[in-house]
Amino acid sequence: MRLARAHVLIGVDDEARLAGVEDVIHRMRAALEEADLSEEVQLVETGTLGVSGHGVVLVIYPEGIYYGDVTPELVPTIVEEHLLKGRPVDSLRLPSAAPAVRPAQVYERQRRVVLRNCGLIDPGNIDEYVAAGGYEALGKALTEMSPGQVVSEVKNSGLRGRGGAGFPTGLKWELVRRASGEPKYVVCNADEGEPGTFKDRLILEGDPHKLVESMILCGYACGASQGYVYIRGEYTLSIERIERAIGQARAYGLLGEDIMGSGLSFDMEVRPGAGAYVCGEETSLLESLEGKRGWPRMRPPYPVTHGLWGKPTALNNVETLANVPEIIVGGSDWYKSLGTSACTGTKVYTILGHVRFPGLVEVEMGTPLRTLVYDLGGGLPEGKTLKAVLVGGAAGAFISPQALDVRMDYESLREWAAALGSGAILVMDESACMVDMLDSVLRFFRHESCGQCVPCRAGTDRLVQLLHHIQRGSAPAGTLEEMDRLASVMQVASLCPLGQSVILPLRTAIQGFREEFVAHMAGDGCTVCERVGEVAAR
Amino acid sequence: MADKQEILSRHPRSEDRLLAILHDLQEASPDNSLTRDDLALVADHLELPLSRVHDAVTFYSMFSLRPRGRHLIRVCDSPHCHLEGAWSVMQELKRQLGIGEGETTEDGLFTLELSSCLGVCGVAPVMMVDEEMVGNLTPDRLRQVIDRYREGQ
Repeated sequence: MRLARAHVLIGVDDEARLAGVEDVIHRMRAALEEADLSEEVQLVETGTLGVSGHGVVLVIYPEGIYYGDVTPELVPTIVEEHLLKGRPVDSLRLPSAAPAVRPAQVYERQRRVVLRNCGLIDPGNIDEYVAAGGYEALGKALTEMSPGQVVSEVKNSGLRGRGGAGFPTGLKWELVRRASGEPKYVVCNADEGEPGTFKDRLILEGDPHKLVESMILCGYACGASQGYVYIRGEYTLSIERIERAIGQARAYGLLGEDIMGSGLSFDMEVRPGAGAYVCGEETSLLESLEGKRGWPRMRPPYPVTHGLWGKPTALNNVETLANVPEIIVGGSDWYKSLGTSACTGTKVYTILGHVRFPGLVEVEMGTPLRTLVYDLGGGLPEGKTLKAVLVGGAAGAFISPQALDVRMDYESLREWAAALGSGAILVMDESACMVDMLDSVLRFFRHESCGQCVPCRAGTDRLVQLLHHIQRGSAPAGTLEEMDRLASVMQVASLCPLGQSVILPLRTAIQGFREEFVAHMAGDGCTVCERVGEVAAR
Repeated sequence: MADKQEILSRHPRSEDRLLAILHDLQEASPDNSLTRDDLALVADHLELPLSRVHDAVTFYSMFSLRPRGRHLIRVCDSPHCHLEGAWSVMQELKRQLGIGEGETTEDGLFTLELSSCLGVCGVAPVMMVDEEMVGNLTPDRLRQVIDRYREGQ
C-alpha cells in the first residue's frame, strides 16, 4: 500500500448518498489532482462515520478533524486551506461536542468491537480489511482450532443473540452441530425492519467482510457448507457491498472449495427480501428464503433442527455474527471482561429524535440509558425537556424520565428485554404526544401483521380502532383496560413475536402517560398534538 | 418477451430464487408491476404451481399486480418519521401530485405509497423515489424532487 501524508475518509452510507456524497467525492478527486496532492493525500470511501443529520461527513487524518454538511462547493476550500496550507477550516468543522468529533472521549465512553473498522477502512477493498486484522480469526480457527473448539470459545464468551431474544449463540451453534440431518445451513438475518433501527445496515455498509468472515466461521463450527444472507430489499447499498465482498473473498480463495488449504468448503449467497417486516422473525425469514410468503411457522421444532428446507440451520443476526471474529482473535476471556457477568460484550445503538447528536454508537452491555441519551447523544437541545424514550422501535418500550437510569442489558431490562435487540433509541421532548406516538406504533403493527393468525390480524385492527376512539374523545370508560386485555390475549395467543410484542409499547405508554390518554378520552383535546384534523380525516 | 426469458435464464431453477426473479422482472417492467403472464412464466421456469407464485407475490409489499407509475414514491411512516412530520409530508405530496395514497397520477409518472421504516432515520422525514432516498423533507424540497423527476422523464 502507498504511504500517504494525509488521509481523507469520507463516510459513504445511505444518508450521505442522499446528501450527494458522490458529487463531493468527484470534486475532491479533481481538487486533489489540481493541487497536485493526489500522491500524498489518500482519499478513502469508508462506511458511516457515526454522525447522523450532518449530510456528507468526512474526517481528515492525522489530525482527526471532522467536517460536516460538506457540499461540492466547499471542497476546494477544504483542500486548499486544510490539505495544502495546513489550516483547518473552523467554520466547517462539526460542533466540537458531537460524539465522533472528540475521538478520545468517544472511545473512552464507547467500546468499539463490532464497529471496530466502520468509518476507518474502505469497505469495498478486501486488502484494507485484511490490513486491519481481517480474516485473522478465520486463519486461526482453521489452523489451530477444531470446529468444536470454535463452538466452545463462542459459548464461553457468553455472546447472546443481538436480534432480540438474547439466546446464547454458542449453545445455538452446538445444537446445530449436534443435530442430525444434512446438509446444514448458515443464515444471516439482515432483514432489519424495526422502525428506527439501522445498525445492521451500517455494519453491512461499513464492514461487509466482517460478516463474510463470520459466516465462514459459523459454517466451520456448525458443519455447514452453504450460507445465505437475507437482506431487506430496500437496502440496495448493503446488497451491493456484501455481494462485492463475497466476490472478493471468492477471488482470494476464502470462499469456495478447500479454504486456506484446510479442506473446508463454504460458499454464500445474498437473497433480497421484498418488504415484509414479519420476515425479520426467524421462521418467516426461512419461509421467505424458500420462496414462499413469509408466514411464521409453529415452533417447536426450532430452526436449529428444522430450519431451511427442514434442515438444521444456524440463524444469526448481523450484529451477533460481527462479534465472532473478535472473540476468536481476542479470546473468550477478553470478551467476557466487557459488559456485565450475565450479559457480556457490547451493544450497538442508533440514537435518534430530539437529541443534539443523533448517530451510531457502541457501548458495553449494561450502560445506563441516561449515559446513552445525555453523554453520547448530547442530551436534548437547549430549552427542551425530556418526555419519553422509545427503546427498541415499534416493538419496544416507552420509558419515562424517572426510569432513565435503567441499565441496558437483558437482565436489567427484564420484561422489556426484547426491546434491547434492535438498539433503536428514539428520544422525545415535550412536543411529542404519547397518544399520537402509540397510534403510529399500532398502525405500524396493523400494517405489518401477516394475517396468518387471528389474534394478531384482528387484534391489531381492533387496537387501532379503539385508539382512534380515544383520539376523537368518543371512547367509553374502560377503553384503556380493554386495550390492555386485548394486547394480553395477543401476547399469549399469537403465533409469533409480532403479535406477542404489541403489549410492550401499549402498556408502557398507557402506564407511563395515563393522564394524557384520559385527557384525550374526555374530549379535552390535546395540548401538544396538532393532528386532530388528521384523526378526523381517517 | 425475449428480455423476460433473458432475466429468467440468469436464475437457476431453484424455488428460493423466486423473490429475486420477481424483483428483476418488476424492475424491467415499464409500469413497476408484474403481470399474470409474468407469474405464469416464473411458475413455468421454477416448476411451481401458479397459485404458489401468486401467493408469494400478493404477500410482499414491494410487488404489485396493479400497474403503477414510472416512479414509485414511498413515504416512510414509522414512529420516528411520524414524530418529525411524515403526515404533513404525505398531505403535501397528495396536494402537489393531486392523488391519494396508493394512486397513480394521470400521466402515469408517479405512484404514491406509504412505507414502513426505510432505515435512514437520521434525516427524517424520509421518502424513497425508486432507488433514491430523499430526507429532511420540506414542502420546497418535495417540489424540487418532483420537478426533477418530471423533467427527467
